[in-house]
Amino acid sequence: MNNTRHIISILLENEAGALSRVANLFSARGFNIECLTVAPTEDASLSRLTLVTTGNEDIIEQIVKQLNKLIDVVKLIDLTEGPHIERELMLIKVKATGEQRAEMQRLTDIFRGRVIDVTDSTFTIELTGTSDKLDGFIGAVHSDNILEVVRSGVTGIARGQKSLHV
Amino acid sequence: MELTGAEIVVRCLKEEGVEYVFGYPGGAILHVYDALYNQDDVKHILVRHEQAAAHAADGYARASGKPGVVLVTSGPGVTNAVTGIATAYMDSIPMVVLSGQVPTKLIGNDAFQEVDAVGITRPCVKHNFLVKDVIQLAETIKKAFFIATTGRPGPVLVDLPKDVTAAKTEFTYPRKIKMRSYNPTVKGHTGQIRKAVELIAAARRPMIYTGGGVILGDGSRELVELTRLLGYPITNTLMGLGAYPATDPQFVGMLGMHGTYEANMAMHDCDVLVGIGVRFDDRVTGALDKFCPLAKVIHIDIDPSSISKNVRVDVPIVGSVGSVLRAMITMIREEKFQPDAEALAAWWRQIEQWRAIESLKYNPSTEIIKPQFVIEQLYQVTAGQAIITSDVGQHQMWAAQHYHFDRPRQWINSGGLGTMGFGLPAAMGAKLAFPEQDVACVTGEGSIQMMLQELSTIKQYNTPIKIVNLNNRYLGMVRQWQEFFYEKRYSMTYMDALPDFVKLADAYGHVGMRIDRPADVEGALREAFALKDRTVFLDFITDQEENVFPMIPAGGGQNEMLLAGKDKMVSTHEEGMILV
Ligand SMILES: Cc1ncc(C[n+]2csc(CCOP(=O)(O)OP(=O)(O)O)c2C)c(N)n1
Repeated sequence: MNNTRHIISILLENEAGALSRVANLFSARGFNIECLTVAPTEDASLSRLTLVTTGNEDIIEQIVKQLNKLIDVVKLIDLTEGPHIERELMLIKVKATGEQRAEMQRLTDIFRGRVIDVTDSTFTIELTGTSDKLDGFIGAVHSDNILEVVRSGVTGIARGQKSLHV
Repeated sequence: MELTGAEIVVRCLKEEGVEYVFGYPGGAILHVYDALYNQDDVKHILVRHEQAAAHAADGYARASGKPGVVLVTSGPGVTNAVTGIATAYMDSIPMVVLSGQVPTKLIGNDAFQEVDAVGITRPCVKHNFLVKDVIQLAETIKKAFFIATTGRPGPVLVDLPKDVTAAKTEFTYPRKIKMRSYNPTVKGHTGQIRKAVELIAAARRPMIYTGGGVILGDGSRELVELTRLLGYPITNTLMGLGAYPATDPQFVGMLGMHGTYEANMAMHDCDVLVGIGVRFDDRVTGALDKFCPLAKVIHIDIDPSSISKNVRVDVPIVGSVGSVLRAMITMIREEKFQPDAEALAAWWRQIEQWRAIESLKYNPSTEIIKPQFVIEQLYQVTAGQAIITSDVGQHQMWAAQHYHFDRPRQWINSGGLGTMGFGLPAAMGAKLAFPEQDVACVTGEGSIQMMLQELSTIKQYNTPIKIVNLNNRYLGMVRQWQEFFYEKRYSMTYMDALPDFVKLADAYGHVGMRIDRPADVEGALREAFALKDRTVFLDFITDQEENVFPMIPAGGGQNEMLLAGKDKMVSTHEEGMILV
């Protein structure tokens, strides 16, 4: 069975310790977790948690079942099961001197990023997109020129009328 | 009228109909102990170690079906209880643990006797709570009982900071609780039930395999009705013994590592497997790639995450065992599903051939006490009616094999965690639940010494039980593995300097007996059970190197059983050596 990447989106009771229950589950059962984001929602009693994991069908089935079993998990969907939008924000600080400055600006434009801070020797660039696209950008910059990378982790939402709410 | 948090705790217990609380006091929980003082609705049993509080509450729960309640202080109180909580968690036993905590202002300060109880217990509870405000106290306790006793049951811990138990508020106990994030499915899906029934009716070599879920879900009556209606063979797991009467001819014995030959062979060869309230545990399946290779698998369980966890299931049904089985029975009756009588007769002939091997037979002796013989005599003397608890080791397997349990909740043991020390406090809990019934704890000299101090609690609360100690001077189960898999290098498994158990029993105010001749076994048991109001410690000096047979070595398939006398155990498969 093939390992595939899944984005699981969860509505979680906004209770102390709820996040540790999710994190604990992954470490206790040896499930892989690539990234995890949590933030409040419009409903103060709920947080929205998005996590990215990889595994074969059986493992993903277990992950979903085990998550559902947690008392604090109100609802969840595996976004990758249907059409969805995935976004991640990256802030990247790069060396930018001399000719590099124009080159870096061009690359940023190609990836539809924005230069949001400038010094005489650096650019800080903001980029949003799928994780693949962000990886692509990093790949396009020579590693010697990368000073710092900060990524927000993946968030996502289903396309169309489908929505995750209580 | 306003009540303190501590008074609210006691009122909640009363509202829940709690009869007994098992606990041990300390600083952080003192307000609650004070509230327990001037009332007699809720009785408190003062154990001698918090682990025993959890085991006793657990034994009470397993015997009665009601949740066990534990009360401990912060810090060492709750850490001592962790083994007992984990034991209950692994076997899905309904339990509510109330633990004291340092005052909310001090939490996180490394205060005296502070531990992160919620953090420490998180992996071994169904859920836990830290109550930060007395206003939420009653509702939280209500939720704790609701979560512990519904769906797949389990322990729930409520951590109570000392200031919360001191603060005052109006008390109202919620009648009902609704939680948007917790709603266990009870009724099985009709379409799935139909698929299962069709598969069951078409089976030529069917097998029913049931576990602790049938007992926890009170589905024994339905199970018996369905099994008799079909005429199919049935096996129970270690946790499921008693759900189907062991003396019934359709019962082929326990399955798994030390199950009967006929049960394991029938599992291996069956074409339709009906798993009910089971979790396809590794002690049952053996090597997964060799498990029931020919079978279509139906699995009924209340916990969706149990389904297809270890073994791929063809027809999953999520629901409470009793209600799903009831629906199946109705469907089979109404639509007159008929199993293939001829195929079934041939299947039974095959099973009878396996049964004729008598895989539980052992070499009797008139010189030395065989442990199996003690269990057989125990069965005879108690007319098969006693509640039996056990510890963990060879004695546990012999009790499971040779005491034939005819009713659910009669057999109480730590199957999942395998906790030595469980048996004695669990027996005390069971006796409190059923004071009129005989309760015996089958144990070994290793296990009993892990919770020996509870002989004192048993005296204080006058819960007379019989302790059947199969004393082989070895950590027998470990020694058996060393004999088979480590060329008899008995590393640290010999128990020297054992106490004189007769004197010990006497010191605790009980009756002690030492029995070392087979001829005296029955008489001693009769004498012990005749002493209705006394706890009797029966120290049986048994054959030292007796082994538990039959056995599927770790990593083996269900049809790779080793039988007593016939097979010399050599080494197991290489992959088996890394399994436990
Ligand atoms: C708390 C705990 N520690 C260690 C073990 C590992 N273990 C399993 S069986 C066993 C030996 C038990 O010896 P005894 O109670 O004398 O019973 P016997 O096997 O001799 O019948 C041990 C050490 C365990 N199950 N539980």
